[in-house]
Amino acid sequence: MVNQSNKVLNKDITKLVNQNYQYGFSTNIEKDIIEKGLNENTIRLISKKKKETKFLLEFRLKAYKKWKQMSEPEWAYLKFPQIDYQDIIYYSAPKVQKKLKDLNQVDPELLRTFEKLGISLTEQKRLANVAIDAVFDSVSIATTFKEELSKHGVIFSSISEAINEYPDLIEKYLGSVVPISDNYFSALNSAVFTDGSFCYIPKDTICPLDLSTYFRINDQKSGQFERTLIIAEKNSKVNYLEGCTAPQYDTNQLHAAVVELIALENASIKYSTVQNWYSGNEFGKGGVYNFVTKRGLCAGLNSRISWTQVETGSSITWKYPSCLLVGDNSQGEFYSIALTNNYQQADTGTKMIHIGKNTRSRIISKGISAGKSKNSYRGLVNVTNKALGARNYSQCDSLLIGSASNANTFPFISVQNSTTKIEHEASTSKIGEEQIFYFLQRGINVEKAVELMISGFCREIFTKLPLEFAAEADKLLTLKLEGSVG
Amino acid sequence: MILNSPLLEIKNLQVSINDNKILKDLNLTVNKGEIHAIMGPNGSGKSTFSKVLAGHPAYSVLNGDIIFKGTSILDLEPEERSHLGIFLAFQYPIEIPGVSNEDFLRLAYNSKQKFYNKPEVDPLEFLGIINEKLKLVNMSSLFLSRNVNEGFSGGEKKRNEILQMILLDSELSILDETDSGLDIDALKIISNGINQFMNPDKAIILITHYQRLLDYISPTYVHVMQNGKIIKTGSAELAKELENKGYEWLQR
Repeated sequence: MVNQSNKVLNKDITKLVNQNYQYGFSTNIEKDIIEKGLNENTIRLISKKKKETKFLLEFRLKAYKKWKQMSEPEWAYLKFPQIDYQDIIYYSAPKVQKKLKDLNQVDPELLRTFEKLGISLTEQKRLANVAIDAVFDSVSIATTFKEELSKHGVIFSSISEAINEYPDLIEKYLGSVVPISDNYFSALNSAVFTDGSFCYIPKDTICPLDLSTYFRINDQKSGQFERTLIIAEKNSKVNYLEGCTAPQYDTNQLHAAVVELIALENASIKYSTVQNWYSGNEFGKGGVYNFVTKRGLCAGLNSRISWTQVETGSSITWKYPSCLLVGDNSQGEFYSIALTNNYQQADTGTKMIHIGKNTRSRIISKGISAGKSKNSYRGLVNVTNKALGARNYSQCDSLLIGSASNANTFPFISVQNSTTKIEHEASTSKIGEEQIFYFLQRGINVEKAVELMISGFCREIFTKLPLEFAAEADKLLTLKLEGSVG
Repeated sequence: MILNSPLLEIKNLQVSINDNKILKDLNLTVNKGEIHAIMGPNGSGKSTFSKVLAGHPAYSVLNGDIIFKGTSILDLEPEERSHLGIFLAFQYPIEIPGVSNEDFLRLAYNSKQKFYNKPEVDPLEFLGIINEKLKLVNMSSLFLSRNVNEGFSGGEKKRNEILQMILLDSELSILDETDSGLDIDALKIISNGINQFMNPDKAIILITHYQRLLDYISPTYVHVMQNGKIIKTGSAELAKELENKGYEWLQR
């Protein structure tokens, strides 16, 4: 016999969680597409369309060969039907007449799309302190504040542009943190990536603006394979924000990105993501498959990389932003909120690889699972024999909503020297019927109750987000949970 | 409301949970200014009774009616019943991680203000209001910054319940075993708070196992509940008799 009250409560929770996805529209625009399917020819064609150097074509072809020999990883706690890699469009770009000198030449339909997403690219309405690179399907549409940034020597452009304009930096750093054959999806990305962002912060420079990339998948059949590379030279500092949305289709779209960060001596990179790809409908139909490799290299002494992510979208999330702590005294951080609802599945976490002396890492992960979703934290803390005096603190908290959701924690710790200090804390709590009833009895309605509990649960992470993002993220979580708590 | 009509009237109430009938033909009338003690062996339906009054969704009312201030509340949501003036002090107050007691109390207070179209108070004003009430239950203001009931001792949780009752100024308060698990000092503090709160416009239903609470709070009536019914009603003397004889002599 099903407990009747649970039914009532779950219905309310579900209503709360299942607020309609407000970014689900698609844009009708003329596109330049390479026929679906993947072979050597596709890759040559992509490279040709992008007028790339020989280095890059070879990089791609090498990756493609590796990829063909590899197979999809199966260790994650995820279940999804076989992906047909030949049924995907690997290049789809809005048609443009010629190279754009300023935004007035951008198709107004595209500008309107970004306006609708709350991202303003036009001069008058730009966010005051954020420079934005907007990527639509496979191509970077516009990068704002470029000239202002260049006054400080900061390069912020699409990666396609960088490939042609800064070949030395690209050849030196592309694939240096995430090798081509690191994993199945990084190999695929290396073969077919079409665009993404490139940032270079010169020596002794604090980047005067926050840099931001906004990714938008539009085409139903196209995959998005973006590539981001951020290099922070000695004594430099940068804040980088990333946002993503996609239209609502009942088929699945593939997103396989690679992000590489390099922090040299005394440099600091803070990378924040609010991921809100379409997550599929309440029956689990549609949604983005999100297979992402993000890794930062703390190469220099005292360098610092901090990942903050709010993962609310995608039907499948496979993502482990990691830090290689090579420089002595370097620091890696990972702050994460992953929210899953309905039939969403997330397997996300981090890897902290301690190589340098006195390296420190901090992991705080908050998983919220509602509906019938599965939410797993998977983490590795690896302290090598050279990493004397290394320290790690990990905290993994899970919050279950309703009675059909699933939360898991898979922490792996490997320590090879005795001077290491490791702390690990974990907790699981539940927003259940009795808690909700307690609120109701005190005259507080369900929506308020859930909002209060979720913000309380996530507070530590919100404080790590840039101000503009924190309010948005808080709102986003509440929206995503609308109706799910009862 | 008609003058002199009862605050609460329960008529032939039958309630089940998961097809299990817990309350069988319960009748009770509570007037303003009265304190009713409900005693009875474990499993007699006392806690169910308190939750049904507050509108817990797990229970289905099969028959009968609950009339509060002259109207049936059976179709009202728990939060509406709360706004109308029904308060339940939980036997096991719920811990709410991540939510500060202050935010929780203010939200509860403001929800009621809003319901009655009264202005909501800002955090600063609220601090003035709550600090007054804290004194009544001998709680330090440090409690405000802690998470709701998290890490509270048994006595602290119960005091927090009484604090909420005083804050929301409820007309009908149901205290479900508020005395259980308290040491003698805490019992005195809580009883004192309840006595100060009580006035001729309010009514209290005390659910308890022990006579000792009734040494501090004198009930107008004592009821014995058994097997989902009230089987005996008497004065405060009845509680003393029960303390000596147990419940067995009442059966049959």
